[in-house]
Amino acid sequence: MTAGATRAAPAAPPPADGANGAGRANGGARWSFALREFRFWLTDYRRTWRGSVISSVLGPLLYLGAMGAGLGTLVNRHAGGTLGVPYLDFIAPGLLAATAMQTAFGEALYPVLGSVKWVQNYFAAAASPLRPADVFRGHLLFVTLRLAMNCGIFLALIAAFGAVRSALAILALPAAVLTGLAFAPALMGWAVTRTRDTSFSVLMRFLMLPLFLFSGTFFPVTQLPGWLQPVAYVTPLWHGVELCRTLCLGTTDLGGAAVHAGYLLAFAAAGCVFATRSYRRRLNE
Amino acid sequence: MSHAADAEVLVRARGLTKRFGDFTAVDGIDFSISRGEAFGFLGPNGAGKSSTMRMVGCVSAPTSGELTILGLDPVTHGPAIRARLGVVPQENTLDIELTVRENLLVYGRYFGLPRSVIRARSATLLEFVQLSDRAGDQVDPLSGGMKRRLVIARSLINEPDILLLDEPTTGLDPQARHIVWDRLFRLKQRGVTLILTTHYMDEAEQLCDRLVVMDAGRIVAEGSPRALIGQYSTPEVLELRFDPGDHEQAAEKLTVLPAGTAERLEVLADRVLVYTRNGDEALAAVRGLGLEPLTSLARRSTLEDVFLRLTGRRLDD
Repeated sequence: MTAGATRAAPAAPPPADGANGAGRANGGARWSFALREFRFWLTDYRRTWRGSVISSVLGPLLYLGAMGAGLGTLVNRHAGGTLGVPYLDFIAPGLLAATAMQTAFGEALYPVLGSVKWVQNYFAAAASPLRPADVFRGHLLFVTLRLAMNCGIFLALIAAFGAVRSALAILALPAAVLTGLAFAPALMGWAVTRTRDTSFSVLMRFLMLPLFLFSGTFFPVTQLPGWLQPVAYVTPLWHGVELCRTLCLGTTDLGGAAVHAGYLLAFAAAGCVFATRSYRRRLNE
Repeated sequence: MSHAADAEVLVRARGLTKRFGDFTAVDGIDFSISRGEAFGFLGPNGAGKSSTMRMVGCVSAPTSGELTILGLDPVTHGPAIRARLGVVPQENTLDIELTVRENLLVYGRYFGLPRSVIRARSATLLEFVQLSDRAGDQVDPLSGGMKRRLVIARSLINEPDILLLDEPTTGLDPQARHIVWDRLFRLKQRGVTLILTTHYMDEAEQLCDRLVVMDAGRIVAEGSPRALIGQYSTPEVLELRFDPGDHEQAAEKLTVLPAGTAERLEVLADRVLVYTRNGDEALAAVRGLGLEPLTSLARRSTLEDVFLRLTGRRLDD
C-alpha cells in the first residue's frame, strides 16, 4: 500500500463502520455523511421550490376559508357551543396536524420510489462513501425541512385568521413536525422496497384519507361510534391533532402533552429503525 | 501480456461467492487485479459479472470467500474504499432534470469535496469527455453517448484509484461506443486502473490487458485476449452460410475435412463455423467436397470464438 499512501487521497478515509465498535467515535462522520445526502435534496428542490411554496400557502387558505369561515358559520350557529370555541379555532390546529401527515405521505412515497426507480439517485449515492443509513437520514432531514416549511406556513396563516388563542401555539410547529415524523420514516422504509407505485394510491385512499377524516380533525372523536373511538386513539394522527389543538387553544396540560409527544416519538423511532434496515437491504443487497 | 510480479495488487478475491436465496450468482471465483491494469469480466447476461462488480464496488456484501480492495475489507471499510473508487454503473443514475454541471456538483459532494474543488475538476473532466459546451444544459435532452460520457466524467470527480465500469457501452450506437472506448483508452494510457464488465468481445479485446471469461457464476478461463484466443481457438475461422434446407446436410459433409484443415466445426442455427489455420485454404477444401456455400467469410478468431468453445453458447444468447 505504499504507492497508495503517497497518492493524494481524494477524501480522508473515514474510520471503519460501527460493526467493530467504532460507532460512537463515528457519530460526527455519520451526520456529516447524512448532510451530503441532504444537500443533494436541497439542490434538487431549488428547481421546484416556488411551486411548492405557492401550494403550501394556497392549500391552507382554501381549507381555512371554506371550513373555518364558510362551514364554520353554519356549525357555530347550530352546535350550540359544544366545542367551546368557534369552529375555525377548533378545526385549524387539526388541519395543521393533518397537513403534516399529508406532507409526510407526499414526501416519503413518490420521491423515495423515484430515487430507486426513476432518477436512481440513491444508487448513485450508495456508490459513494455514503452508507444506506446516511442516505436515509439525509433524505429524512430534507423531509423534516419540508414538514417545517409547510407547517410553519400553515401556522402563520392560522394566526393570520385569528384562530390562535395562546402563545403556546408556537409549540404547535414542532408538534406538527413531530406528527409528520411519526409517519415519514415508516413510509420511506416501505416505499424504498417498492418497484411500482400502484400501491401508493391505495395507501393514500384507504389509510391517509380515513385518518384525515376520523382522527379528530373535523369533529371530536367522541362523536364517533363507541367501538371506533379506541381505533382513533391508537392512530398517531389523533395524538398529533390533540397536541396541536391543545397548544393552539392554550388548554395543554403537561402530562397529556408528554403522552402525545411520546407516542409520536415512539412511532418516529420505530419507523427509523425499520427504514434503516430496509434501506440497507435495498441499496446493499 | 505479463505484468510485473511485484505490482501492487489492488483487488484480490479468493473463493468469492454471492448467493441470493437459492440462486448462486457468483460461485467461488478467484482473481487479482494490479495497479494500472485494465481488467475485464467477459460473459453473457446472467454470468455473475454485475454481482461481482457490486461486491468490488462495496455495495453488496460477499456471501462467503475473501475479498480485499485497496488492502481493506469491504465489509468493515466500505465507505473508506468507496471514497477511492470511481463507478460507472450499468444504469446511468444521472439526475436528468439537473444540468450537466449540477450532476457533477451533487456527486462530488457525496465525496465531501468542497465546491471550489468540484468546480475546477468539473471543467477539466467535461473537457476530457467533450461536454464542455453542454455544461449548463439539462441532462435530459443529451444523447445516450453524451450521458454515458457524463457518467464517466462523474466517476472521476474523486480522482479514484480504481475505475469500475459495468457494461460501459451497452445500448450505445457504434459511433458513440467508439468515442467512449477512445476516452477509456486514454485513461488506461494514463495508468488508471480499469475494471470492466462486458458482453461485447470487441470491447474486451480493445480495452483489456487481461480478462476472465465468466459463465454461470464461474470463471472458465483467464488470460490476455490474445493468449485466450491462442489457447482456445484457431488463428482463423471460416464462416459458411448454406441454403436453410441444405444446412444440416452440408454440415454433415464437412466432418470429413482433415484435421489439418478444419480443426473443429461449430454448427450454429444460421451458419457453420470452420476453425482452421487458414480460412482460404479451408474454403478451397470445402469446395473440393463439391459444396458451394451461399456466402463465405474468412476472418481471424475473436473472443466470441473462445466463449463459444468454452461454453457451447454465444455471448449474446
